[in-house]
This record gives sequence, structure tokens and C-alpha cells, in this order.
Amino acid sequence: MRLALSILTDAVAYGMVLFIISIGLSIMMGLMRVVNLAHGAFAMIGGYLASYAIRDLHVHYSVAILLAVVGTILVSIPFELLLYRRIYRKSDPLIQVLMTIGITFLIIGVVNFIFGPSLKTIPLPPLLSGPLDIGFRSVPTHRLFVIACGLVTALSLWWLIEKTEFGIKLRASVDHSGMADALGIRTEIIYAATFALAIGLGAFGGVVGAEILPIEPFYALRYMVTFLVVVSVGGAGSIMGALSASMLLGLADTTGKYLAPEFGEFFFYLAVICIVFLFPHGLFGRSHA
Amino acid sequence: MTGIATNDVPARRRLPLLQEAGSALAIAVIGAIGYYLFPDDLAFLTRLIGISFLVLSLDLVTGYCGIATLGHAAQFGVAAYAAGIACVRGVTDPLALLAIGIFAGTLMGLISGALIARFRGLPQLVLSIAVGQLVAALANKLQWLTGGSDGLSGITPGKVFGIYNFDMYSRTAYLFSLAILIIVFVALTRFVRSPFGLMCRAIKDDDLRAKMIGVAVYPRLVLMYGVSGAVAGVGGALTAMSTGVVGLDGVAFERSAEVLVMLVLGGAGHLWGALAGTIIFMIFEHIVAAANPFHWMTLVGLLLILIVVFAPKGLIEPALSLARRLTKGRAS
Repeated sequence: MRLALSILTDAVAYGMVLFIISIGLSIMMGLMRVVNLAHGAFAMIGGYLASYAIRDLHVHYSVAILLAVVGTILVSIPFELLLYRRIYRKSDPLIQVLMTIGITFLIIGVVNFIFGPSLKTIPLPPLLSGPLDIGFRSVPTHRLFVIACGLVTALSLWWLIEKTEFGIKLRASVDHSGMADALGIRTEIIYAATFALAIGLGAFGGVVGAEILPIEPFYALRYMVTFLVVVSVGGAGSIMGALSASMLLGLADTTGKYLAPEFGEFFFYLAVICIVFLFPHGLFGRSHA
Repeated sequence: MTGIATNDVPARRRLPLLQEAGSALAIAVIGAIGYYLFPDDLAFLTRLIGISFLVLSLDLVTGYCGIATLGHAAQFGVAAYAAGIACVRGVTDPLALLAIGIFAGTLMGLISGALIARFRGLPQLVLSIAVGQLVAALANKLQWLTGGSDGLSGITPGKVFGIYNFDMYSRTAYLFSLAILIIVFVALTRFVRSPFGLMCRAIKDDDLRAKMIGVAVYPRLVLMYGVSGAVAGVGGALTAMSTGVVGLDGVAFERSAEVLVMLVLGGAGHLWGALAGTIIFMIFEHIVAAANPFHWMTLVGLLLILIVVFAPKGLIEPALSLARRLTKGRAS
């Protein structure tokens, strides 16, 4: 029972981190049809900035999160203007893969040149670092914080996409970009705003999830596959899909690590192959044919 | 894209095997230059030839069929492990080991092809990565068979044709690999111009239209994957024999990404592009990566972005058009 509960807490927290980071990627893929392999690299920039802000500028954790998100979005603007804009909605996946892998390599190289190639810790404030007593037993506060962050992200995204005018325009652009354009929706602005939102979410996830996915020099490459798998299993552009896929993969991965550490990865990828082969558009995705 | 298929269809030639002989001669000359100029770096040059098989093999599926894959090292790695394991268990004849590598590579190619060629876009990419990672995870975990993270060592192949021993300076390994490269390259030159190869290009250009005129798209792609696996298998077996060890780096994700970079650098859809990309990339890596791996990553990233933006068809295309203009200028 104790074991089951700690597996569950870890799995849900891990799944939430995956969700916060991958939902940005999923939205980008759903709207701009860009397979952005560099998404993890932007999450990594967020992590490095937060680590730098807390350890060298001694600011508070919450300020550091804000700095990291804003800083990463600022860094990403030239990439959007110069590079990503060229590959929006282009059908050739090879070009997208090559460009975004190139961006990933570039970011890894430059970030490690500036901040040094070592593991970056993001110290937690005392409020979040201890265990929290929830009645019958105690769980790490940080895990609960991450879970709360994930839920808030999911809810606010749902509100943003379903209830606001921006959301309506966004969904119109997803469904038929040309028609949306003709109706007077400035799709390039929608694209740019969505890009910033996606990158910001990635950076946010990178910072709050740093305890679970540690920020290290090859972060962008190590978790690139994981994020991509979440989107592919969940279906591009679907909040519900990304959330359930994150939970599913988080649970599978964490349970595997607790119970059968030798073959965890093997079963993970076997499951991914089966799911993607059976549901090529993801569990909750739509075909864009 | 449509230009390639029409431009490269061979016109009537006066001498039927002229082009093939030219390719073979060119590779032999480049190989000889490497042999005499860098006698101390033959081990590195042998490794370069081994990787060039993998890049050629990737060219078959990416350049000629338009399949975006990030798991192509699986074929190479499986063949290398198969040859290595066979060698450790007592099969030492290099040609037999080569055959084992080709068989394993083909098998792996057919399996990956059956999984990957079914879809396009994101599912295809994710499946290719997952297949690659699955093989990597297996290679890591089946320690009794593959040596796990320590690698499989102690591969000592016998003499080539019972005469030439694999020596310390990799002379035999180099010449043997070079000879195989020439054979494979000439065979591939014929193969990509065959009706089968041309049909694969048609699928790449427009798979829906190909389907409409009655091409069985999926079986063709799987078959092409099998051929590509065989070519990768040659490289894997040769690398296992010449280095004497098979490590996890042979099946790693980074290897798959790197060979994709090499292919695109040279030019996908051209066999010479694949070779040129391998040579340029590997030599630069040899020099720069030794100094600082992070500078190397920055450079590769920058290079990739520049290629995609300014020369999406690779370096071979400007070179070819220059050559075409020159020959045309001489004719007029």
C-alpha cells in the first residue's frame, strides 16, 4: 500500500511534468504542423535561466520562474521570425526534422558554452522542499506543487482555447488556415502568439519539473523522444489527449522503474510502437488528411 | 523535386557501363589518395567507409523514398552485433561474417520497414525513433549476448581469402572495405536506375498519385527498406571486423541523427551526395570534436540550419548544376 501510494504520487507528478512540457509541443503540432524537435531545448533554456537566477542573482523561486519563462520566450523570438516561420504548415517532415534538430544542437552548444557543461540544480524554496502531511501519511510537497501546476495549466488552457476570442480564432486557424485568413483573422499573429505560448509552457515545465527531469547538458536530446512520444500517443493538438498520454506514460515508466528496472525502457518503447501502429493519429487525435 | 526524376533518367549511352566504371574508378582514386597521404589514419578512414555504407543505406530510404527516419542506426547496429557475436562464437572467415551481417541487416530492414513505411509524417518519425530505441534498449539489456554497456570485444576475424591478415595498421581492413564499397556503390548505381528504383522516386514525389496509377506502395517501400538494411549490414559487419569491438554507440539515437545530417549535407537522392556528405562530416568531426564536443554541436546545428535554409538539396546540387553548365558551355 505504501509502495503503491508512492508509485502513484511519483507517476502522477512525472506525468504532469510531461504534460506541461509536451502540451506546448502538441499545440504547435496541431496548429502549425511543425514537428518541433527543439521543444526540449527551449525547456532546457528555461531551466538554465531559472538556475542562474536563483543561484547567482538570489531571487525568489516564483520570480525565477517568471524570469525563465519570459527570458525563454525572448530568446525564441528570433528563431520564430527567421526560421520557424519558413516551415509552418509545410508538408515535408524531413525539412522540419532537420531544421529543428539543427536548432537543438545549436542551443545545446551555445547554452553549455555560456553556462558551463554541468548539472544545474534549481533550489526549491523552504515552503516547497519539505514533506507535507495529508492526514494519513506525508508526501513530498514539491510533487503536490507540480501536480497542482499541471492541473492549473490544463484548466487554463482549456479555458483559453474553448472560451476566449483568441481560442476561437486559434481553432478556426487549425481547422482551415486559408479560410481563417480570408475571414480577416491575422493568422501570422495567431501563429506567433501560439508559438510564444508553447515555448513559455515548455520553459515553465522545464523549471517546475527540474526535480524530476534534472537539467543537464544533454537534456534537450535525452527527453526529445519522450516529449514527441507523448504528443504522438495523445494526438497532436488535443489537451485531453496530451493529459491522458502523459499520465499513461508516466504511470508505465514509473511503475516499470519501481518494479522491473532492467527492462523498463524496452517495454516503454514496445508499448509506444504498438499504440502508434494501431492509432497513428494518437488516442485522441484527428486526422488532418 | 519533380526535376530529379526526369533529369536523372539515363539517356542512351554509347558505352553501356561507362558511368559505372567511372564511379568505380573515382572511388578507387579517392581511396588510393587516402591510403598514400594518411597512412597513419587508416583506422579512421576505415571507420569512415563503414559509416558511408550506413549513409548510402539511409539515402535509399530517405533520398529515394522520402521516408524521414531517426532510427536508421538499428540496421547497422544489429548487423554489427550479429557479425561480432558470430565471430566470437567461432565463425572467423571475413566473407562469411559479411554475409551474416548482410542477412541480419536485411532482416532488421524488413522489420523496420514493415513498421515505419506504413505511415507518413509524425507517426512515421515516432515509430522510427521507437524502433531504434527498442534495439538500443535490447542491446543494452541482453548482456550475456551483447556485452551490454561494456560492448562486445574480442572480435578477431581470420584472413581475407585465407591470405591477407587484419593487421595493426588496418591496411587490410581499409583495402577490403574499399573494395566492398566499390562493388556496393556500382551495384547501387544500377539499382537506383532500375524500374524499381525509379518507381520508388515516383512514390517519394507523390505517393497518392503513385497509388492511383496502381503501384503497390507499401510492399515496395518495405522491399526498399530490406535492400537498405542489407547495405547498412555490410557497413555494420565491416565496422565490427575492422575495429574489433561493437559498442552501444553503434545503435544510439545520436548515430541515427548524425547520419541524417551527413546525408543532407551531401545531398539526399544522390549516391555521390551521400558519399561526399560522409567524407566532409567525418573529417570535420575528427578534427573539431576532438577539441571541444560542445563547439562541435554548435557548428553542426548552425550548419544544418544553413543547409535547410540556403541549400535544401545538399551540396551536391549546386556542384552538379555547375558541372552541367560547364559541359553545356563547352558543347556550344
